[in-house]
Amino acid sequence: MKKMTLDDLRKLRQQKKDELDKRGPDNKTTQVTVGMGTCGVAAGAKETLSAITDEIEKLKIKAVLVRQTGCMGLCHAEPTVEVTAPGMPTVIYGKVDASIGRKIVTDHLAGKRLLDNQICDKPAADIVR
Amino acid sequence: MAYKHYILVCGGTSCDSNQGAKLSESLKKEIESAGLANDTQLVRTGCFGFCEKGPIVKILPEGTFYVQVKPEDAKAIVAEHIVKGNKVTRLLYDNKQSKLHVNINDIDFYQKQFRIVLRNCGVIDPDSIDEYIARDGYAALEKALFEMTPETIIKEIDKSGLRGRGGAGFPTGKKWQFSRGVQADQKYIICNADEGDPGAYMDRSTLEGDPHSVMEAMMIAGRAVGASKGIIYIRAEYPLAIKRLETAIGQSRKYGLLGTKILGSDFNFDIEMRFGAGAFVCGEETALIASIEGNRGMPTPRPPFPAVKGLWGKPTVINNVETLANVPMIILKGGDWFSRIGTATSKGTKVFALTGKIKNSGLIEVPMGTTLREIIFDIGGGIRDGKKFKAAQTGGPSGGVIPPEFLDTPIDYETLSKIGSIMGSGGLIVMDEDDCIVDVVKFYLDFTVDESCGKCAPCRIGGRTLHNTLVRITDGKGETADIDQLKTISQAMQRASLCGLGQTAPNPIISTLRYFMDEYKEHIDSKKCRAGKCKNLLCYTINPEKCVGCTACARVCPAAAITGERKKAHVIDPAKCIKCGQCHDVCKFSAVLRS
Repeated sequence: MKKMTLDDLRKLRQQKKDELDKRGPDNKTTQVTVGMGTCGVAAGAKETLSAITDEIEKLKIKAVLVRQTGCMGLCHAEPTVEVTAPGMPTVIYGKVDASIGRKIVTDHLAGKRLLDNQICDKPAADIVR
Repeated sequence: MAYKHYILVCGGTSCDSNQGAKLSESLKKEIESAGLANDTQLVRTGCFGFCEKGPIVKILPEGTFYVQVKPEDAKAIVAEHIVKGNKVTRLLYDNKQSKLHVNINDIDFYQKQFRIVLRNCGVIDPDSIDEYIARDGYAALEKALFEMTPETIIKEIDKSGLRGRGGAGFPTGKKWQFSRGVQADQKYIICNADEGDPGAYMDRSTLEGDPHSVMEAMMIAGRAVGASKGIIYIRAEYPLAIKRLETAIGQSRKYGLLGTKILGSDFNFDIEMRFGAGAFVCGEETALIASIEGNRGMPTPRPPFPAVKGLWGKPTVINNVETLANVPMIILKGGDWFSRIGTATSKGTKVFALTGKIKNSGLIEVPMGTTLREIIFDIGGGIRDGKKFKAAQTGGPSGGVIPPEFLDTPIDYETLSKIGSIMGSGGLIVMDEDDCIVDVVKFYLDFTVDESCGKCAPCRIGGRTLHNTLVRITDGKGETADIDQLKTISQAMQRASLCGLGQTAPNPIISTLRYFMDEYKEHIDSKKCRAGKCKNLLCYTINPEKCVGCTACARVCPAAAITGERKKAHVIDPAKCIKCGQCHDVCKFSAVLRS
């Protein structure tokens, strides 16, 4: 790949921003984000992630983006999973083991129902006032 | 088919005991009788953390937040809010100020945190440079390269009031300025990721969650001081952080964001990693440099300071991970913006790893000046199992303890040092009544004795002697003179040790002698440990009046110290007892006494 120029970087930023904007409650892409810091991984996030992808394949659900992120800050509730789905509120689930991971797919993604007793609150408004 | 409304009811213990379960029932009935079961989902959630105003009900997607909701309010919520779309004003949170709080984000309780350093942590995929770029990543580098000069960059950092987050709090702008002022053919930027305080994991999480922000900051620092090489000194025990950094460095090189003529400018910069073998002292600047140069990790006297004469004898800026992670935001939003956050002398935010006997342990970021009470009781949800708060420890082995009377002190560099602790790197360990202060201090001294490099006598011998004294006290062999000895040696170490490790190692002792002298005295004079932590001071006996002779204790005792016939009172042989406490835990009749 050739070296990026200032223009290239700006174009890429705009393009990626637009892509990110498409993943939201108002849009078509469902996004499942698993917290995969050392804290999450130690609490079993890898098993959670593979259970989620496995269940999505099994149910053949389309247009779901499963991705990883770093620590969400909710150490007491690891592993944590954030779900953004069209037409539904964005929520963070805490203490998501493999079986709850599968339930997220069957109930939240396929059944459009929020899970009982697993929702945690976001620790803070997203960014900078 | 998705629901139109979601009614979230807090299912935390506190709300539940406050008729939360009954409230859910009533809401369910109301939803059904209104014929809305296909439109509205009732969800039980984990604790919202706002227990004092429970039970809490939150309505999504609009985010309306109702407090102190009673079962009889269910009808109003469904009939007014869900059916007609009118907010039930009397249930909104009212903090007796100007307006009612409708949305969860309006409530100050949820506004305690403020994320600058952790802005991307838990949001972006750390393995994707594109996601970082989409969140204004490398926009600060753009600005630094094309709109600013090295002088204006330093000026902006200086104006922001940013101070080193590794613990000492030295102004970052000044550090950069020193290095900038030295003529040299080569300069270095080092990122200090040798995080070592027990219970601290802020830097690890930052690097794992947002590696590019730290790299971008190193480039900006390089541009400011005239350095073309960056080194991240990270402990080898952080494999995931190392892996993510490797990926990130590879991506940046591929994009040409690292290398020569970056983005078409005349700026060259590259980053490599050096792994520390886990020696705590290598977090000290001069020992860190020695370690990179392939020598034993031992500190050398300063001056000369690394900013003037550092790695390979060249000017070297060493900044901590968290300090660096602030830099791109300061460049983008300006030093003035940053200096408006925090207190008079301490600007910006601080990340804390909140651990110990706390309900919601976590990685938090709060503006400087937030009180300990807000951190522990609001964000952290208070002490676990309803126990009493005893003290908080900040600054790890170099810090001190903060007793309950300072819960409302705004936290910044100055106030913490005034009350005998330090900001440190951000470990915040909460202790409850079950923790023995002397035992905790012994733990920290054990750590610093282990980690002392042994070069200077005050630290090598002083630390060992302090530790031995603490062992004696917790073993029940302490004497009154020990207190004076602890004080004298501590003061000598503070004055005469070569580096920060030895100078600060006695801090836990000095601060606890100040606030918890009575506990030291109890251990020494009455041979008593009120928390029941110091085994050698404990004595287990069985109350014959309560003992029913169930034999549970005798069966669990690993030392065969308990004898007695079935259905008759048992006896513990103190000579055989190893004070493990298992009999105490297993007895269902509270017949085993610990004193």
